[in-house]
Amino acid sequence: MESALAQLPVDGEALYLGRDAALTRFAGSRIHQNVSEHDATLRVRAVDGDRSGVASTNRLDAEGIAEVVARAADICRRAAPNPQPTPLSAGDAGGVSSEVGFVAATAATDPERRAEGARAVIAAADAARLEASGAFSTEAVIMAVANSNGLRSRHVFTQAKLLTVMTGEDRASGYAQATSPDVGEIDAPGLGAEAADKAQRSVGAGDLEPGEYDVILEEYAVQTILEYLSLGGFSALAVEEGRSFMELGRQVMGPNVSIWDDGNDPTGLPSATDFEGVAKRRVELVTDGVATGVVHDTATARRAGVASTGHGLPAPNTFGPLAWNLFMAPGSSSKDAMLGSIDRGVWVTRFHYVNIVHPRRAVLTGMTKDGTFLIEGGRIVRPVRNLRFTEAIPEAFTRIEAISSGTRLLAAEYTGINARVPALRIGRFSFTGATAAESDG
Amino acid sequence: MNELIDLALDAADQAGASYADVRISERETESLTVKNGALQAADSNRSAGFGVRVLVDGAWGFAASSLLEPGEVTRATREALAIARASGLARRDPVALDDTPPVTASYRTPVEEDPFAVSLDEKLAILMDADAAMGAVPGVSVREGTVEAARERKTFASSAGARIEQELTESGAGIEATAVNASEAQVRSYPNSAGGQHVTGGFEAVRAMRLPAHAQRIAEEAVQLLDAEACPSGQMTIVIDSSQLALQVHESCGHPIELDRVLGMEASFAGTSFLTLDKLGRLQYGSPIVGIDADATAPGGLGTFGFDDEGVPAQNVPIVSNGVFVGYLTSRETAPIVGRSSMGSARASGWNVIPLIRMTNVNLRPGEAGTLDDLIADTSDGLFLSTNRSWSIDDRRLNFQFGTQVGWRIRHGRLAEMIRNPTYTGITPEFWGSCDAICGPDEWHLWGIPNCGKGEPMQTHRVGHGAAPARFRNVRVGVGRW
Repeated sequence: MESALAQLPVDGEALYLGRDAALTRFAGSRIHQNVSEHDATLRVRAVDGDRSGVASTNRLDAEGIAEVVARAADICRRAAPNPQPTPLSAGDAGGVSSEVGFVAATAATDPERRAEGARAVIAAADAARLEASGAFSTEAVIMAVANSNGLRSRHVFTQAKLLTVMTGEDRASGYAQATSPDVGEIDAPGLGAEAADKAQRSVGAGDLEPGEYDVILEEYAVQTILEYLSLGGFSALAVEEGRSFMELGRQVMGPNVSIWDDGNDPTGLPSATDFEGVAKRRVELVTDGVATGVVHDTATARRAGVASTGHGLPAPNTFGPLAWNLFMAPGSSSKDAMLGSIDRGVWVTRFHYVNIVHPRRAVLTGMTKDGTFLIEGGRIVRPVRNLRFTEAIPEAFTRIEAISSGTRLLAAEYTGINARVPALRIGRFSFTGATAAESDG
Repeated sequence: MNELIDLALDAADQAGASYADVRISERETESLTVKNGALQAADSNRSAGFGVRVLVDGAWGFAASSLLEPGEVTRATREALAIARASGLARRDPVALDDTPPVTASYRTPVEEDPFAVSLDEKLAILMDADAAMGAVPGVSVREGTVEAARERKTFASSAGARIEQELTESGAGIEATAVNASEAQVRSYPNSAGGQHVTGGFEAVRAMRLPAHAQRIAEEAVQLLDAEACPSGQMTIVIDSSQLALQVHESCGHPIELDRVLGMEASFAGTSFLTLDKLGRLQYGSPIVGIDADATAPGGLGTFGFDDEGVPAQNVPIVSNGVFVGYLTSRETAPIVGRSSMGSARASGWNVIPLIRMTNVNLRPGEAGTLDDLIADTSDGLFLSTNRSWSIDDRRLNFQFGTQVGWRIRHGRLAEMIRNPTYTGITPEFWGSCDAICGPDEWHLWGIPNCGKGEPMQTHRVGHGAAPARFRNVRVGVGRW
């Protein structure tokens, strides 16, 4: 990075991303894909007043670095001016050299250790006469940023994640997932037991008429909802452009809802800096139901006249800032207590293929998956086929009637957003459709 | 490069691998984004590396690295072998590959005008002209336009003797206008949403889009949508434009015909499929006018190539004929399970990941309903829906729900009032079974989807879908109480 900055004829920023990752994947109770990857990329942003250019390479010898610097400088020279250029982060915005969230054992995990985890899950499936599929991944990442304002930031971290879907005859399906910086925290037999139990209880799932039901959303489902609230609404750019549900200062959810982003909380998956090298700050997004903040990168921060909160993505970034270390405040209830309080409702383990239907109102749609149950008289009475929900989430979050005291740390399937969340009981949640019976296919 | 390939294949052979292949590739991309009258992003990216895949005692191992050096190739090959042995700790039946013969060949995307040779100034001028046209429309709050180019050079070699060189070139562009008021944020895009249109080919495709010529129209439509009628709720006849229908094909046909999904290999992530093995050749997937092919040879398709990443030649195979489901997308490992050889759809999104079964160009055949105007004229009452806005489908690919950017009410064979926030939902075979008209070849467009996600680690790949506008009866629209 120092070499790149020294060779740049103008101001600039260098972002280094090094990653060693491995993943053992299993399906049909056997390992069917098993991979590892080493990659390191240098991304250079050349800045000359109101002009800029970005180039990247993963060839990191002297020739490769000289080439990427020349390419970034050339784009910068030929680029049209931008009246509102993305500034380089201030020199004192970083200064971070962090290893919070780095666990050496995770970085050193070998394929035998991952296979052992897979076999533990498969054993739980075998004992329950189910088929196990899933993935056990480990990775170590170095992210470093330097710029010509003198900023220097470096963060080394690890992540381990194990998930499984167990299936069986007559629509049996169960799920479990855990993620942690520490591979030692991944309880493969426990996850196997959780998924197997859920799958066994979902045998024979039957029809349920779509409509409004009181629901218990397990932590998996809540994590997905927060993920899409972040993608659609927690960004300063989304608010600036009028496409977010967040109206700062207004009550947007119920008074029992508080959501924040904190990249430094060790109970999450820490990320001490963003891709612009700015040290992460905790941002209160929703406090007692009131929209209290959004996350910024250097571009949105400059326009808003505030400091970046450390949520910038790699340059050049037209998506805007992103909150990816989310937390939702726990309550005082438990899933058992929630269950006992519902006369008729639906238990949702997780959601699948969620998407934003209407960003301004944060209307989401998606399917339930891997364990959906009808609740009657305070207990689960039978499994039901997967249901489609279509719901304006901020409105639904005004109807949260109970929040669990326990939380789980979970990682998103697609986006890299992670969240520590409780389970929720929500009144009159709207299911707008149901999946077809097997015979329909 | 040959030295590195030989190093890996020899090391795998000496260690007892029954099969090995090596892919060395470099992908370069270039992108310009103009937003609200300013050049917001200009970048150029290069990523190169290799991946070694080995089969040991019937189990797979794979290792990849960006360091294209002999020592690293040796290390990565050893790692792939160790991983394969670890895979053997939880193995059932040994992996068996089909009988695809190894070939020595090369392929290059036909390109009239190299997109990397077109000057930044010229690309910028196109985007600025389009931006100015959108900006001239009162009420537009955000304008954005992007031009992209990509080129991948890759070499595939296998222990069976295959050696294949390919150079794939892609070009793409699109513009988008957003208008907002107190309760709505409405977007219109051209030629398509999610970044526009993408092809394999040169800059001639971007020129043909004529972005500035369409900019004012989409900007006006974005503003008009703010005050348009809300989508009615109920069962209606709908006519879907070709770009939205392309995504409908993608989600409700393209994914469920992936044989790895059918076999449960994606159960923990993307899901499975309702098109189980017993349905092949038997299931009435759609009405008799519905025909779908997977065509990796279609000129310009984003899923067009010479050979897949297992060295299998690109092919055009039927998927749905006369409404009956007849074919899967397959790989060398999965095709023998249905008694076939691979039809060549094992694709890796880069050097660092393994090939998975991916769509090529999964195309709805054109029909006999003439032009879009003819089809509208033939529809007494319904909705015309255009340009995708949201999508969601269940894990077996049965229950779907889509939103489009815009709709128009069809009354007495004519387009009438504009419709805001249109949505429709259905069950895949019922939906395709309700298809009673497909427009003809003149209305057929081959769309590129550059952001198809699948697999763990997730691979974002580029696929194509051809479609002409089509009509569906008795479809549920206006979903939900919002």
